[in-house]
Amino acid sequence: MPKLHVTTTINGEPVEFLCDPTQSMLEVLRDELGLTGSKEGCASGDCGACTITVDDRLVCSCLMLAAEAEGRRIGTIEGMAEGERLHPLQRKFVEMAALQCGICTPGFLVAAKALLDRNPDPTETEVRYWLAGNLCRCTGYDKIVRAVLETAAEMRAAAR
Amino acid sequence: MNDVRYLAPRTLDEAVRALAAADGAGRVLAGGTDLLVQMRAGAVSPGVIVDVKKIAEMTTIEETADGGFRIGAAVSGAEIGDHPRLGQVWPGVVEAINLIGSTQIQGRASPGGNLCNASPAADSVPALVAAGATVTVQGPDGRREVPVEKIQAGPGRTTLGRGEIVVSFTLPPRPPGSGDAYLRLIPRTEMDIAVVGCGVSLTMQGGTCTAARVGLGAVAPTVLLVEDAAKALIGSRLEDEALEAAAAACRAACRPINDKRGTIEYRTRIAGVLLKRVAAIAAERAAAGGKH
Ligand SMILES: Cc1cc2nc3c(=O)[nH]c(=O)nc-3n(C[C@H](O)[C@H](O)[C@H](O)COP(=O)(O)OP(=O)(O)OC[C@H]3O[C@@H](n4cnc5c(N)ncnc54)[C@H](O)[C@@H]3O)c2cc1C
Ligand code: FES
Ligand code: FES
Repeated sequence: MPKLHVTTTINGEPVEFLCDPTQSMLEVLRDELGLTGSKEGCASGDCGACTITVDDRLVCSCLMLAAEAEGRRIGTIEGMAEGERLHPLQRKFVEMAALQCGICTPGFLVAAKALLDRNPDPTETEVRYWLAGNLCRCTGYDKIVRAVLETAAEMRAAAR
Repeated sequence: MNDVRYLAPRTLDEAVRALAAADGAGRVLAGGTDLLVQMRAGAVSPGVIVDVKKIAEMTTIEETADGGFRIGAAVSGAEIGDHPRLGQVWPGVVEAINLIGSTQIQGRASPGGNLCNASPAADSVPALVAAGATVTVQGPDGRREVPVEKIQAGPGRTTLGRGEIVVSFTLPPRPPGSGDAYLRLIPRTEMDIAVVGCGVSLTMQGGTCTAARVGLGAVAPTVLLVEDAAKALIGSRLEDEALEAAAAACRAACRPINDKRGTIEYRTRIAGVLLKRVAAIAAERAAAGGKH
């Protein structure tokens, strides 16, 4: 089976890779490019552990062919911190213990950041609906939702 | 999944040619939220995957000169939800499309995929049927216009011929005093498949219903256009008797299955309940005047 050559941008960096026509974006990120932050929870679009952005839209990377990355802008959890400096969401998740095993965490963070980018002041209901495609088997969600709301409040205060 | 080819043509002609040449083994890829799940599960194994997202006509929304809309079949739910005008004129169509899956699924799922996957429970289809949407289909023999309710043929089956692609949906111009709405019943509040889905579109003039269409999902092998329900509403002032008659028409149209989500009796009963609720929302929106 001939490999496809794909030219794309990942976390602001130009990237080229070879892939099989049916390989998922998640497989290429993890197995070919060493970006193992995105997780595979289900491979069927249900759990959100593989969440990335494609041209700033949230997407399950398990339900995207790697070939589709051609010419697009991909964002993954690896692009969230600036060097050693954690994004406020990442810091709050740690401070407020919004994770236990951590499998779901990259997906929640990427999804929550996309929410705060478009709505700096979401209600709790808005947070819960936005994150309904991210499953967590450990925390019971409450700490995650609180951490997102707290981060939003902090970021609004900092922007003032 | 051996020897699969992936193509991302920029024109419809190329896409149609590639599909036609694949001799039945070709599949359109829009958002992939059905297709890639089915491929992973081994339920389908296409020889050629034709990604249509580089075709401009299939990925744009445009307001037509007469006040209608043309929605590219591969536009994502997220983009449809963000469109500044579409949701004002067709709130029911947009809410139905935006009910599909999670935020992540919305980033990819398209109305064309929802229709062509041909699930009887596809959420956007009853709303599009109620809206009187037509689809533009392009294939080896050229283009044709088809009412949306003529595309599904049964669970997982469509009336599309070999090499045919749904290019776009056209929503007609909206008279003043019109409103539409969609509701589904699911046991949860998010991320579930409709037990029943109902879309209603109404035009009200001086308190009288002058036009109506009703679409029903998940109660038969395909999404249904329920003409008898519309007849019961047209000419009425949506008083209780008219709504009950329309609900009865919806129940009569049901040919549902028993499954873990609902029994035949339950689905049939809910179809009537939803009709009344959805008609009330559509009427409220019609009275609010449609902001356009
Ligand atoms: C986690 C999850 C939750 C979901 N929740 C819902 C839900 O709540 N409600 C619901 O209705 N659905 C739901 N779905 C199903 C799916 O997301 C929708 O049906 C979606 O609209 C499919 O669109 P797509 O663009 O991803 O289609 P694709 O997967 O790209 O295509 C689906 C099928 O249609 C064909 N096709 C696509 N576009 C065209 C075209 N333009 N012309 C001809 N054929 C075409 C493809 O070849 C394929 O057979 C869910 C799926 C997942 C994974
Ligand atoms: S691994 Fe992609 S949604 Fe679960
Ligand atoms: S922390 Fe374990 S799944 Fe969420």
